[in-house]
Amino acid sequence: MNNYQPNERGYWGEFGGRFVPETLMFPLEELTEMYFSVRDDADFQAQFLQLLKDFSGRPTPLFHAQRLSEKLGGAQIYLKREDLGHTGSHKINNAIGQVLLARKMGKKRVIAETGAGQHGVATATVCALFGLECVVYMGTEDMRRQALNVFRMRLLGAEVRGVDSGSKTLKDAINEALRDWVTNVDSTYYLLGSALGPHPYPLMVRDFQSVIGREAREQIIEKTGSLPDCLVACVGGGSNAIGLFHPFLNDESVRMIGVEAGGKGNVLGEHAARFNEQGGGKIGVLQGTKSYLLQDTNGQIALTHSVSAGLDYASIGPEHSFLHSIKRAEYVSASDNEALDAFQILSQTEGIIPALESSHAIAYLQKLAPELSPAQTIICNLSGRGDKDVNQVQEMLLTK
Amino acid sequence: MNNRIIEKFSRLKSDGRGGFIPFIVAGDPDLQTTKSLIIELCKADATVIELGVPFSDPVADGVTIQTSAERALRKPIAVRDILEIVADVRVEGFETPIILFSYFNPILQFGLKEFAEKAKATGVDGCLITDLVPEEAEEFRAILAEKELCLIMLAAPTSSDERLQKICDKASGFVYAVSRAGVTGARTETSSDAKVLVSRIRKFTGLPIALGFGISNASQVEETWKFADAAVVGSAIVAEMIKSSPNPDSVEEDFVEKIGDFVKKLLP
Ligand SMILES: Cc1ncc(COP(=O)(O)O)c(C=O)c1O
Repeated sequence: MNNYQPNERGYWGEFGGRFVPETLMFPLEELTEMYFSVRDDADFQAQFLQLLKDFSGRPTPLFHAQRLSEKLGGAQIYLKREDLGHTGSHKINNAIGQVLLARKMGKKRVIAETGAGQHGVATATVCALFGLECVVYMGTEDMRRQALNVFRMRLLGAEVRGVDSGSKTLKDAINEALRDWVTNVDSTYYLLGSALGPHPYPLMVRDFQSVIGREAREQIIEKTGSLPDCLVACVGGGSNAIGLFHPFLNDESVRMIGVEAGGKGNVLGEHAARFNEQGGGKIGVLQGTKSYLLQDTNGQIALTHSVSAGLDYASIGPEHSFLHSIKRAEYVSASDNEALDAFQILSQTEGIIPALESSHAIAYLQKLAPELSPAQTIICNLSGRGDKDVNQVQEMLLTK
Repeated sequence: MNNRIIEKFSRLKSDGRGGFIPFIVAGDPDLQTTKSLIIELCKADATVIELGVPFSDPVADGVTIQTSAERALRKPIAVRDILEIVADVRVEGFETPIILFSYFNPILQFGLKEFAEKAKATGVDGCLITDLVPEEAEEFRAILAEKELCLIMLAAPTSSDERLQKICDKASGFVYAVSRAGVTGARTETSSDAKVLVSRIRKFTGLPIALGFGISNASQVEETWKFADAAVVGSAIVAEMIKSSPNPDSVEEDFVEKIGDFVKKLLP
């Protein structure tokens, strides 16, 4: 049995580590020490689970999507309803865990980056709950396409700072958050929103998100009497996917599939599929971690494109690169158009409007489900709800 | 180790002088101008020249150096092109030590071994990698050392004594003390953390110590020499470059000379 834990330097195989300015090493060491002290601390974990339950409404249901299963004519599809958690996505799980940690460390100021705005909203929400100062960095392109979430964050009392550099999306927001952190190390807690960045973030975020897979594993066994055949999740930085996958890693019969953003084409700059080696995906170092990375031949980070802000990122969490390298998980992609179709299909067949990110996972079901038999099951992580995307989709459908 | 940086610092020491380390970004406004600027800096009696490799995602840099990197990356720049510029400078007979100041990814993609070979061949003397902390540095350190190239390590005010030890164990040439927690950028005063940090580093190494981040005028340089072996000036020079060439595609003829004059005024 493999426990899929990183080594003490934060590596899974050759992926992970800490590639940061020296100034950040001390706070990262401090954070790691604090995290390991609460990881097995019963009080901390009890407090975490209590908030997940009372504040966020967990456990989220596992829903048998019968009409979708019938329509696709293959496997039985079960949706893990992270869209029903407080604030409308899985991001709240990690935000609760890390804010509890920030409080334990005595930090009064929390900063975060956000792409789709879901992590920003989740962070702003939990900071409001505990009365902490909250600053969220967001690319101005993302502020435009996720305007509703910008308003939600401000309503929750957070300060949203627009980032105008690079592609004005998630990667640039992380750069700016890191610059803030390096400048305000003493007072500030950096609440990173995906299974990315320097050790211990990929580990910590994965642990906090693993509640998804633990619940799903119990729920599917209760409903069907057996393990699922397949897990499917969209992969931006990789937190909802690793959260679902992790508790199943030692169940060898369970296939796991991560769906990246195929964007509008295969050429570097047109997509965010990091494992697409023809499309410019290659191992490299960005924002603190060694992982697959979209880059040019000079090692400059490439611009990326996806219809969904939450998947529009040049790198991927290191644990996914590791699972890819040992072939424990498979990675595929869904295009902008496929995701847009899936957005509408799920709305119409199940009465659930999915986030555009999650729509990538739904899109892949259209390929996967028909290849399996009706006796087989798939759990698809419905990582978030689509309210935030409705305006953008309306615009796109009108101009199509 | 037979290396220009080491020789230069030992000469400075025997002369009882402080060192001066200017920083510019390669490719801003263009590579040919970078070559002329390096020569100008050699003539201005730089102790070591730090040549920045522009990077798309400079997390350790403030707006000035970010802007300069963006200007440089208007056209693709390979690390190889930057090394060629250094070779050209050496051909013209200038022997001031030159180090590349880079984020790790461009060097990693070039190939660590290939980089060291080519750097040695073109006359580069060492490397400073902003996001390569001692825990990650051993492989690259060994590769550089084999070619007698220095790996300059950064130490920060937040580094514990335990970390300073690790940093000094990996370092060669000199140690770069970061004067304050934060990103690069000009300041008119040096923080009091700086002096404390330099004296803490001295407990762990006999290597020369250069202080950088925020040094932007002659009086700060003079102040720095009282407790450190050299002063690094980066953003102040880069800001002057941006100001003097608002349009990097059409640079005035006296640009290099102007920057040279500015740099000379940074010396006390
Ligand atoms: C609903 C939703 N799903 C997925 C993602 C992608 O992030 P990750 O890969 O970390 O789950 C986001 C990110 O913003 C999101 O909002």
